[in-house]
Amino acid sequence: MSVNSNLFVIIFASAIFYGTPLVFAAVGELLAERSGVINLGVEGMMLLGAVSAAMVAANVDGPAALVLPLALLAAMVAAGLGASIHAFLVITLRVNQIISGLALTIFAGAAGLSSYLANVWGLGKHPALNQFGRMDLFGLKKFPVLGPILFDQTLLTYLSWVLVVAVMVYLFRTRMGLHLRAVGESPQTADSVGISVTRYRYGHVIVGGMLAGVAGACFSLTIVPTWANGLTAGEGWIALALVIFGFWRPDLTLVGAYLFGALSSLSYTLQARGIDVPTALLDALPYVATIVVLVIVSNSRISRRLGSPAALGRPYEREER
Amino acid sequence: MTTDVDSKAVTAPAVAAFGVSKRFPGVIANDDVHFDVRVGEVHALLGENGAGKTTLSNILTGLYRPDAGHLEMGGVRVSFDTPRDAIDAGIGMVHQHFRLIPTFTVAENIALGAPQPGERVRLDMAAVERRITELGEQFELRVDPRARIWQLSVGEQQRVEILKVLYREARILIMDEPTAVLTPIEADALSQTLTSLTSQGRSVIFISHKLGEVISVADRITVLRQGRSIETLDATGSTRESLATVMVGREVERVERRGVGALPGAPVVLSVSELDADGDRGLPALRSVSLDVRGGEIVAVAGVAGNGQRELVEVLAGLRPRTSGRIVVDGEIMDRADARHPIRMGVAYVPQDRLGTGLAPDLSIAENLVLKRYRRPPVARPPFLRSSVIDAEAQSLMEQFDVRAPSSQTPTRRLSGGNVQKVLLAREMSGRPKVLVVSTPTQGLDIGAVATVHQLLLDAAAEGVGVLLVSEDLDEVLALADRVVVMYEGSVTGVVDAADATVASIGVLMGGGRSEEVA
Repeated sequence: MSVNSNLFVIIFASAIFYGTPLVFAAVGELLAERSGVINLGVEGMMLLGAVSAAMVAANVDGPAALVLPLALLAAMVAAGLGASIHAFLVITLRVNQIISGLALTIFAGAAGLSSYLANVWGLGKHPALNQFGRMDLFGLKKFPVLGPILFDQTLLTYLSWVLVVAVMVYLFRTRMGLHLRAVGESPQTADSVGISVTRYRYGHVIVGGMLAGVAGACFSLTIVPTWANGLTAGEGWIALALVIFGFWRPDLTLVGAYLFGALSSLSYTLQARGIDVPTALLDALPYVATIVVLVIVSNSRISRRLGSPAALGRPYEREER
Repeated sequence: MTTDVDSKAVTAPAVAAFGVSKRFPGVIANDDVHFDVRVGEVHALLGENGAGKTTLSNILTGLYRPDAGHLEMGGVRVSFDTPRDAIDAGIGMVHQHFRLIPTFTVAENIALGAPQPGERVRLDMAAVERRITELGEQFELRVDPRARIWQLSVGEQQRVEILKVLYREARILIMDEPTAVLTPIEADALSQTLTSLTSQGRSVIFISHKLGEVISVADRITVLRQGRSIETLDATGSTRESLATVMVGREVERVERRGVGALPGAPVVLSVSELDADGDRGLPALRSVSLDVRGGEIVAVAGVAGNGQRELVEVLAGLRPRTSGRIVVDGEIMDRADARHPIRMGVAYVPQDRLGTGLAPDLSIAENLVLKRYRRPPVARPPFLRSSVIDAEAQSLMEQFDVRAPSSQTPTRRLSGGNVQKVLLAREMSGRPKVLVVSTPTQGLDIGAVATVHQLLLDAAAEGVGVLLVSEDLDEVLALADRVVVMYEGSVTGVVDAADATVASIGVLMGGGRSEEVA
């Protein structure tokens, strides 16, 4: 047996595989939260993305190089539309962000629009015709230990790495990133120096939603890979916890996503190896960890110390007399 | 200031307002305002709250457009549609409440919204830092561009605000009540900064309602009253009295009593010893605070805002738990940390946030007046309230405390600041307290209301109540107090007899200097 089929190598490799949708969803949510908007609709937007991607993959005939980008685009558009509902409600109408986000998840979620659309489109009967397969990056797949972990992933995983680096640079090295952080910390200050709070918030909530759509597409195009009702299995909620877990930084969020990816995949991996563990317990682990993280940070004093944007969750209204 | 007089006369004013008017529904905020600011001058806008200073500065910074009249800069007519236009024209605002982001660095705050020429996507922080250092040297405003705002003192933060405006190439700086948050020593440093600004051709519009400060800092003073510009005066030759008369429109009496002191043999009604308490963030906010107040005495707690005064007052009112220490009210130990306990022991409390914490804004005056007595007769016949009694009491208290309102059923949120404070004092005094704790009782009130509130505090002391007055206004402290307790970073840095106290001596203690004299 080569070193590459060692149990730990496999756990690491599947942690990255299963963690990839979490990276997309959490980085998207991070962008929205950096602008001061919490969007609890991540789960719903992921399902919208998943169902739209599945629809394109099931119905459009053509080479994978054409169909898959189209499927991703459809996922981003659908989830972006979902996010723009939230954006309109909380930014323009100043509705409570928690309520609006929950409503979005319920509306689009497993018992809502996504299942309805899947029904109408007749999805889920066959596996997707096209899916993102594993790509042997730079031909390094066979490289000991690192090969299967880093160089035998899908294109979506490689894209997620590009995304994390890009968002790091954007947040901390560009003027727009500085302005975004200012909007999330103190919209009054940003407004007083001529930064459009509304524009920044709309932009980042919608882009965040599009990334949640990509996260959903990860399920219907690689992990499952077809449509099944509620196939995201609550990972949208995990993504929300990850943003906090990663102190609102993309790099740490990525680490967290892989940790949760490992937890999510542990039961398959161990079962495949014939190791006997109660799977219900293992399957519950990521959710238990999520609840713990959310309880800890729901105390605003702690979350402030962790680096939460100071204006997170608060609508902005210019003071007038 | 250093520009010679002849050249001033020929250059057009840096900025001038001609007949500027601005109406809001039901209010005329500015009515035919005229004034002009010369190049290199500090020009004060003096007026009471509601005189139209804020509206005028909002017009100058492009936030509002005037309904009538116009502005000129350097003799050329200008009009601003947005704040951006005003910034581009060279007008910069130094806000009273700093517009700074505490977790950002100085350089990041200054760079916000002000792109460097030739900048692309990437943000060149090093260039921003260099420019800040240059400006700091040019105007003697030294501050470390890499420091984070929360690490800076209030005075340093204000320097950052000024640098922010200079970074945007402002020629005219509007400063809104800039000394309100400063210690006297920091205020001196600010006036040196003003000199350095004006000597390099910048003009400053200095908004204030403090007479003494305006006379010492400004070259000329434009007085606003009820939205109108009444007069522009030279600072040299103006006195507090002459300015106050123009500002209020009539002669003003100043209520003053210094060092009358407790009645001989009056008992200590409030004794605080070795009090420790934590602030909102869980860090120690009070460190071993001790003080005594005797019946009939006014003891002032002076200090720059945020040095533990709020926490002290809240502990005394039972709103904040203490970590250690002893509080004795009229011989009785206060041993429970809840709000009702101090009320029963005879501690009356007038909080800084009068309308939010002190009163229920949507309830009527009458209901507010009995808020602390509604459980017992005669106001209640439990479990019912007796509205006829409540109303009769309200009528008599309103008369006694000169509360001006349409009726006792008017919601308190509809009252002016002065009347809100009178309702609050009426309620607290009607409980026959032994100790009256008041926090910044005249902040934001106009001169007439200030005098009334001061008189009410003196009346309370004359009735034998021990008054603990927390105030950031040193003039008020010196006018009313018998003794002054100065706080800095949660500790008492000195206790001074009002008779010996001066603004300078208290100022040293407010900045953390220790005094050995304990009265």
